[in-house]
Amino acid sequence: MAGKRILMKGNEAVAEAAVRAGCRYFFGYPITPQNEIPEYLSKRLPEVGGVFLQAESELAASYQLYGGAATGKRCMTSSSSCGISLKSEGISYIAAAEVPCVIVDMSRRGPGIGGLQPTQSSYRQATKGGGHGGYRCIVLSPGSVQEAANLMVDAFDLADKWRNPVYIYADGLIGQVMEPLELPEMIDVEKLPQKDWALTGKGGRERNIVTSGVSEEKFMYLNFDKYKKIEAEEQRWVDKDLEDAEYVVAAFGTVGRIAATAVDRIRKATGKKIGFIRPITIWPFPKEGFAKIPDTVKGIMVIEANGGQMVDDVIQTVKGKFPVYFEPTYGSLMPTTEEVMSMIEKLGTGKEVLW
Amino acid sequence: MEKVFGRPKSFIDVPLSFCPGCSHGIIQRLVAETIDELGIQDKTVGVGGIGCSSCRFFDVDNIGSAHGRAPATASGVKRARPDMVVFTYQGDGDCTTIGGNEVIHAAARGEKITVIMANNTNFAMTGGQKSATTLLGQRTTTTQDGRQAERDGMPIRMAEMLALLDGAAYVARVSVHDNANIAKAKRSIKKAFELQIAGAGFTFVEVLSTCPTNWGLTPIESAKRVEKEVAAYYKLGEMKVPEEVA
Repeated sequence: MAGKRILMKGNEAVAEAAVRAGCRYFFGYPITPQNEIPEYLSKRLPEVGGVFLQAESELAASYQLYGGAATGKRCMTSSSSCGISLKSEGISYIAAAEVPCVIVDMSRRGPGIGGLQPTQSSYRQATKGGGHGGYRCIVLSPGSVQEAANLMVDAFDLADKWRNPVYIYADGLIGQVMEPLELPEMIDVEKLPQKDWALTGKGGRERNIVTSGVSEEKFMYLNFDKYKKIEAEEQRWVDKDLEDAEYVVAAFGTVGRIAATAVDRIRKATGKKIGFIRPITIWPFPKEGFAKIPDTVKGIMVIEANGGQMVDDVIQTVKGKFPVYFEPTYGSLMPTTEEVMSMIEKLGTGKEVLW
Repeated sequence: MEKVFGRPKSFIDVPLSFCPGCSHGIIQRLVAETIDELGIQDKTVGVGGIGCSSCRFFDVDNIGSAHGRAPATASGVKRARPDMVVFTYQGDGDCTTIGGNEVIHAAARGEKITVIMANNTNFAMTGGQKSATTLLGQRTTTTQDGRQAERDGMPIRMAEMLALLDGAAYVARVSVHDNANIAKAKRSIKKAFELQIAGAGFTFVEVLSTCPTNWGLTPIESAKRVEKEVAAYYKLGEMKVPEEVA
């Protein structure tokens, strides 16, 4: 199917992309708005010799994922905000034990049971770690169904490269919308590199131990070696028109996609010099992308579908060099391009809201 | 001279960290002997719980799970590698108190794993607090006047509960308080592993275990307590055996 454009729902595209990336094992629990992922994989995985296992709880799913991925096979789970809270104990163990796997978070609105509407309320949970101990997960945030499918493949590769859990952090809109896309090529799982640390039966070698125990050496390694290297090597973002910008708009995921269109339209209609930046890795945060912003820029506006979360990372990144403004989109639906345009048009008028 | 008795090959040759008189050393040895006798050291994965129980003394590939979650982790290992022999080694606090849900559902799904639960009727590693299996009247650091039904609820008989589940193929409760029972325990543990290998389904062996340190008894008094008090509530025997091997 590669090379052919087809119409697919985001959740199903993510699921199919995972299979094509070599994922053969899924462990998960039903939660809206990501149910099409387990539903699709329950049918699809057995076709490719894989296993779909519906867990008794989000918590159990995280430990099934831990066990499955500890055998070295490509494994994933998917959930949504409050489900990720329940999984966070296991994700902390997985991160501590350095077991590569992929977690899809089609997030929902607010704390508690929240709401199903597509928002970006769990940015902080995804990027700062929902569980204990200061672990880090690479977090990829797509702005379209095509990008979500592409990032699924990258997610599995990055997980293996760094022996670390990797998130796809998106929202219900990416999960539920149907868009045309080209699916990634099916990889040959037999050609994936062997993992010499994995649980495969000790046969002829010393036993392998997968443990979430954190010695002083491991603590130092994780925090001051591995995570620093990931920060240095894996930042991803999209930027546009930063060179001559007077102001810069920063947004991620679905809001980033809408904001990109809004910035384009304002530039074309008014000639107002607005630059744009959309983080794709929300951890590691793309500091290099923000470093490209010229000193002459008068301010950065961050737009998010939450109460202000990524904006803290932007402030930490620019370290007071620019004023940082914030605009929330908090309706039941993602904002229209016009609504985002009216936010951006506040720039330079004194109506911007300093965060 | 021929060596007729020694440490099992699947048991790491280091001093065990257990307290004097604790049953863990005996139970783990029985598991290691089983692995040796079945010739499965090279294809076995041990999954440890949290507590005095763990898999660190087994010379097989192993993974440390979180408190109570070993049956879920073992399910993941086994689903991804059905050719492996997978067992968990857990205590009663781990397997019955915090991990009740995981073991019940692993059993209900008929996961082809073996769960060994050492039941010493308290949270031993954390200093002897009440667990779900603490007997009525038993003094622990959180039931200092003895467990009371009205306040602390009733103990859970995990083996009997799991035997009710159709996914469970083999369920037994054994003890290691004397030589005759050690021999019986060995037979049950081995049977559980054999049935897993045969693909019969979920297998579970609860082993009554001593905890002299937290019980405030000598090793000999502890063994007597298991025989007289603990086994009186937690009846020994096979609760469920597949028909073809019964």
